[in-house]
Amino acid sequence: MRVRIPILKLNDCLLVSIQWELDDQTALQFQEDLLHKIHETSANGVVIDLTSIDFIDSFIAKVLGDVINMSKLMGAKVVITGIQPAVAITLIELGIGLDDVLTALDLEKGLEKLQQELGE
Amino acid sequence: MENQSCVKIINEWDIVAARQLGRNVAKELGFGTVDQARITTAISELARNIYLYAGQGQVCIEKIYDGGKAGLRIVAVDSGPGINDLRQVMEDGFSTSGGLGAGLPGVKRLMDEFLIDSNPGTGTDIKATKWLR
Repeated sequence: MRVRIPILKLNDCLLVSIQWELDDQTALQFQEDLLHKIHETSANGVVIDLTSIDFIDSFIAKVLGDVINMSKLMGAKVVITGIQPAVAITLIELGIGLDDVLTALDLEKGLEKLQQELGE
Repeated sequence: MENQSCVKIINEWDIVAARQLGRNVAKELGFGTVDQARITTAISELARNIYLYAGQGQVCIEKIYDGGKAGLRIVAVDSGPGINDLRQVMEDGFSTSGGLGAGLPGVKRLMDEFLIDSNPGTGTDIKATKWLR
């Protein structure tokens, strides 16, 4: 009954759109799935789109921050896109800055940013 | 009491159930999307604290009315180990779980009122309120 977050390949990048509220297990499973997918496809970049997410608690933020650092260790850059105003406000009030994370307003700008970062 | 609904926190799934309940009540009361996110996040943090530190407990969501004001109160209760030094846990950056959980100061900032009562050995009782503006 557990649902996995689909990870799509687009050229040398991976695209992830998180469409529903994450529970702890789904978030941890995603972490593992994404790293395996990076390994499998030799992707250099990942865009994680959070447009549909209406809240992020400290646990989800930690899982996201961790997976970004883990991807970096493997050699892939991650851009987070589509963070909603309510999510940005609550994350900062909660005391979570997600510093040093690449972000963009939407998927399109995220892909552009990723291409710039990858120097293409 | 019809103005109060509770979720027992025993496993991780109960954290999801508690925040869904809170979000629904916040919507019913007419809170905007930002306050809904604040309330949902606060519930998630408090429910997770119970799950991580006390093992089990309960999160109740109450609709409260004071004069002309309506609000939502989160009551998080457990009978876990309690908190030794309340002043210390209310300091930003204090954590006993290695960074998991933004801690109680974050929850306090998300809500309008925050009351904590805890004694070592008898558990913790937290009431956090958000008023409708």
